[in-house]
Amino acid sequence: MNSPGSRPASSPPADPAPVPGAGATLTAGPVGKPPAGRTGTDPLSRLRRLADLRNLSLVGVLAVLIAVGGFTKPDEFLSTDNLQLVLTQASVIGVVTVGMTFVIISGGIDLSVGAMVALASVWATTLATQDYGLGGILLCAVLVGLGCGLVNGVLIAYGGMVPFIATLAMLASARGLAVQISDGRTQVVTVDPVLDLGLPDSYVLGIPPLVIIFAAVTVLGWLVLNRTTFGRRTVAIGGNAEAARLAGIDVKRQRLTLYLLSGLCCGVAAFMLVVLTGSGQSTNGNLYELDAIAAAIIGGTLLSGGRGTITGSVLGVLVFTTITNLFALNNLQSDVQQIAKGAIIVAAVLVQKGRSTP
Amino acid sequence: MRFPQSSSPTSRRSLLLGTAAAGALFAAGCTSNENNDSDENSKQAANTANDKPGKAVTIGFAGPQADHGWLNAINEQAKRRAKEYKDVTLEITEGSNDTAQQIGQIETLINKKVDVLVILPADGKALTQVGLKAMRAGIPVVNLDRVFASPQAYRCWIGGDNYGMGFNAGQYIGEQLKGKKNAKVIELAGIDNLELTRQRTEGFNDALKNYPNIKKVGRQSAEFTVESGQSKMAQLLQAHSDFDALWNHDDDQGVGAERAIKQAGRDDFLMVGGAGAKHAMDAIKAGNTVLKATVLYPPTMAASAIDLARALGQGKGVGGLAELEIPASLTLYSAVVTKDNVDEYLPTGFS
Repeated sequence: MNSPGSRPASSPPADPAPVPGAGATLTAGPVGKPPAGRTGTDPLSRLRRLADLRNLSLVGVLAVLIAVGGFTKPDEFLSTDNLQLVLTQASVIGVVTVGMTFVIISGGIDLSVGAMVALASVWATTLATQDYGLGGILLCAVLVGLGCGLVNGVLIAYGGMVPFIATLAMLASARGLAVQISDGRTQVVTVDPVLDLGLPDSYVLGIPPLVIIFAAVTVLGWLVLNRTTFGRRTVAIGGNAEAARLAGIDVKRQRLTLYLLSGLCCGVAAFMLVVLTGSGQSTNGNLYELDAIAAAIIGGTLLSGGRGTITGSVLGVLVFTTITNLFALNNLQSDVQQIAKGAIIVAAVLVQKGRSTP
Repeated sequence: MRFPQSSSPTSRRSLLLGTAAAGALFAAGCTSNENNDSDENSKQAANTANDKPGKAVTIGFAGPQADHGWLNAINEQAKRRAKEYKDVTLEITEGSNDTAQQIGQIETLINKKVDVLVILPADGKALTQVGLKAMRAGIPVVNLDRVFASPQAYRCWIGGDNYGMGFNAGQYIGEQLKGKKNAKVIELAGIDNLELTRQRTEGFNDALKNYPNIKKVGRQSAEFTVESGQSKMAQLLQAHSDFDALWNHDDDQGVGAERAIKQAGRDDFLMVGGAGAKHAMDAIKAGNTVLKATVLYPPTMAASAIDLARALGQGKGVGGLAELEIPASLTLYSAVVTKDNVDEYLPTGFS
């Protein structure tokens, strides 16, 4: 299977293009409603993009949270152990959110991410796959993720189903299948190389392997979205699918690939969760769909599609994870955490709304 | 693709025997000692209610979705026990955590005119009405574990002792830390919006009051899942760099909690689990982790509920008791399983 980065790089001019030269047009400039500041490579627009106010405000929120943490629990919060913990806890949902961001930018939605994580983690930890060791578990998780993504993609792109409904159906059936395969049990992993990945001995320069995977997925996601034709097409069909189609983009194939990408991310996340918990359970990934959507939204991704950034989504994930950590350190209960989470979503969306209406 | 098989045939068999033994303890509440000379004493004892085949009884069983080790064990126990009786037919509905759906399933069982209903409601309060409906339709209800809001909604209640579970965990920890000044404990609770979690915490707090040298310094609630157990425990370990004991409400989330403890490289405290999963008992027996005990919340209650339902359907009392009718309620005991007695309880451990 190609990595998310390699596929689009090889494809741009090869697309079936009813309009001659459409491929070239696409690489030169976006179609549909181009978001401001995304057009060229001139230094000014790049600077504008880097200094995206929306992300800056999230960085600000994060800075405030870190300050609060440093003030209330100076010894615990700013310790290396705790930073490792926050990043590790962000990594699983972070990888899911990167996939989700692509889907939302294209104007779709994937409600099945949590269920796909559950199914992939359960399937990857059956005794049959455990016989094949680390490679078997990883491969199985990724294949199950891709398989679910394929079903979603075909239903939506070629079956004409609304993404909300198709992925809702996947949510229900994948979770049910996960319960069935696991027989309702917690499947404990006994493969040492998998278990070792989650232990401090395997940290590279003090960075847990899961965080490295998260960072790699983030960088890849950013490159694909901002530096490839695939990324530009994603934005284009999210902005105006009909215009994108007229400009020669194979919208159906693009949609299919996007849901495959989301499934792939879920497969990887499921593997990470198996490493983290040392087990597979059908309740894994509970409410990931909401967490991932929320992180993408407060990161500035438009739910209607056409606009969004990977950095924003990752910052969104970090904000949520830091809040959870901060509250736990101060012994506040999860109900308070949920209220705070809700408040932050509302505040972030209000700030964005205020900026977009003159 | 092979599907998971978490227990070998041998352990399944021993589980079955264990079920019978535990059934003897819990179902009858009190068994006749004269059975002991028999080879099959556990088997006979299990059937104390009235082991001779009697009137055919159809028992309807409705429980929540078995996405959790303990709930899964509940279903297994009920099915296995029903199979042991030639005169019992079990009509089992698909488990659901959705209140409306579970109500629909129970109504289907009522319409099918089963003789007795065994119901483990996902939410006892929310399902009270359908319990009442069954009772009014002349179908006696055995309410399993999560209790209905009205006693009119069931003929007999059998379940675990959540308060006692917390209390016994607290007492055990108290005894272990007796000589220690300024001892600190933390609690990893279950789902906070369930009544049972509140009761467990209340019992735990009450027990700690007996030990003024101990202070509870932290509490987080997880969701009975491995993932939440890992995540919440990791946070607790960051927040408390030093404490002496941990009580975790549930062995399923304990899989995640123990993983977080290992990842943090901590072993400077003792841990007490809850429910009685096999992996927890194995760890207690091996004695090489922080887990030193688990407080039982035995899923064998489902087998006992089938016994009671059968007795109800046949209009008999429970063997070994002087009563002509089955009791109105039965509360199981939350025993503390430690290295000393783990062999006795290991067969009841669920996976």
